[in-house]
Amino acid sequence: MVDKTSVAAEIAEPERRKVFRKMFRQLGAATVITMFGKAVLDSSPARAASVLRPPGALPEPEFNAACIRCGLCVEACPYDILHLASWSDPAPTGTPYFVGRTDPCRMCPDIPCARACPTGALSPLLTDIKKADMGVAVLVGHETCLNYKGLTCSICVRVCPIIGEAISLKPIKNERGVLQIPTVDSSKCTGCGTCEKHCVLSEAAIRVLPRELGLGVEGAQSVGRW
Amino acid sequence: MRSLQATFYRNRWLFSRRIVQCLIIAAFAIELPAGGYFAQGNLSSSVWFGIGLTDPYIWLQSLFAGAPLGKAALIGVVIVAGFYLLLGGRIYCSWVCPINLVTDLSYWLRQKLNIKSNYTLSKNLRVAILVLSLLLSLLSGTLAWETINPITLFQRELMWGSVAGATVLASIFLFDIFVTRRGWCSHICPVGAFYSELGRVGRLRIKATQAGACHGCAECIKVCPEPHVLAPVVSKKAAYVTHGDCTRCGACLDQCSTGALAMSLSFKKPSAFKGIPVVSSD
Repeated sequence: MVDKTSVAAEIAEPERRKVFRKMFRQLGAATVITMFGKAVLDSSPARAASVLRPPGALPEPEFNAACIRCGLCVEACPYDILHLASWSDPAPTGTPYFVGRTDPCRMCPDIPCARACPTGALSPLLTDIKKADMGVAVLVGHETCLNYKGLTCSICVRVCPIIGEAISLKPIKNERGVLQIPTVDSSKCTGCGTCEKHCVLSEAAIRVLPRELGLGVEGAQSVGRW
Repeated sequence: MRSLQATFYRNRWLFSRRIVQCLIIAAFAIELPAGGYFAQGNLSSSVWFGIGLTDPYIWLQSLFAGAPLGKAALIGVVIVAGFYLLLGGRIYCSWVCPINLVTDLSYWLRQKLNIKSNYTLSKNLRVAILVLSLLLSLLSGTLAWETINPITLFQRELMWGSVAGATVLASIFLFDIFVTRRGWCSHICPVGAFYSELGRVGRLRIKATQAGACHGCAECIKVCPEPHVLAPVVSKKAAYVTHGDCTRCGACLDQCSTGALAMSLSFKKPSAFKGIPVVSSD
């Protein structure tokens, strides 16, 4: 049932109506703009697989929130491998990255980039560079890798800064005879990108990928999706 | 010689401001002969002689995005926020921010070209954008304003060699010339809105000095980038500019020929205003 007296009372106060109307209009505009802004932010492209974070970087979502885009890590890097992403780069604007194929992380034992970070987006808890997790090297080109063709290129094994541990040659036997296959130990590999940098092919047969992309992720059950 | 001196005197605040702005840009941009820079980082967080400084607005966005608080950044935030809280927030806008160089040039050109057209924007717009940027940081888990912030964009893209950011600066420049008078800094930029709120109680203030010195020519209001802040002083309703929007740029001081205005630091508790004793000339 409509309370007629209160309706009448409101019409009797046109100012009040105006205020409410204005309020609702502004609320509506705010909602639309917020949703639009959220859509724009969410649709900005995610970090490309070729883009690697400096050592000690928090997992990507936390890193995105914690990094204040100041570039202190970029300036701290003695080898100038780091860049702050500009709009055209495949990473959130202003965040630091490096591309292993162009210029890999040299794995300084004192980790100056992480020490320079004021917010902890590059974790201060990382003290041993060999524990860094910038990604993991994966030999993706089983058809192009020279070692798979029976040659002993093995450049990726020889340039690895954690030589003999993170990547080593494992013999496998096939119809061509015994092949020496570069094999990554994912628990030792820091993802510095040196192997990718030095791969002799036009496009590297071994690549550093974010860990979940390179290795896959187990669900709660080791054999299921979930 | 004398006229040169006079020119300098009439632009003393402007020149000091330009020198400070350029020195700050140079500290980040010009490599020292011994290697390295005076200031590392950029205006979102920097290190000066071993002391870290962090922009409180960017830190706030990071906080809303859900970040753990870094100790170094926190100390830097306290230093910067404390400074602006004590002296007045928008000092950042006219003495530090590099975009001010662009928008001031826009304004100067606008005057020279005698462009009168003006699309009126509400001063509340930038406050709305400020709130929006924090809300979006909260919702999206990233630093919302930092995806477009022209201040850090300027340092990142131009100073570090890329030109992608030049389009943004150019659009701000053109917007300020052709669309809205002092459009970016006074109406849109949430950084200014933030510092305006932060510096509400700032103690470095424009002050009306001598009773009766003001002729009421209102030249100061004409050159003020935020004219509403001066209105109470010129109309003799207040002795100080207390509005948070005042950028302490000193344009009014350069302009005032009577010495009726001064900038001063005063930590005295502001007593209730009793009116400037006006000595009438007749």
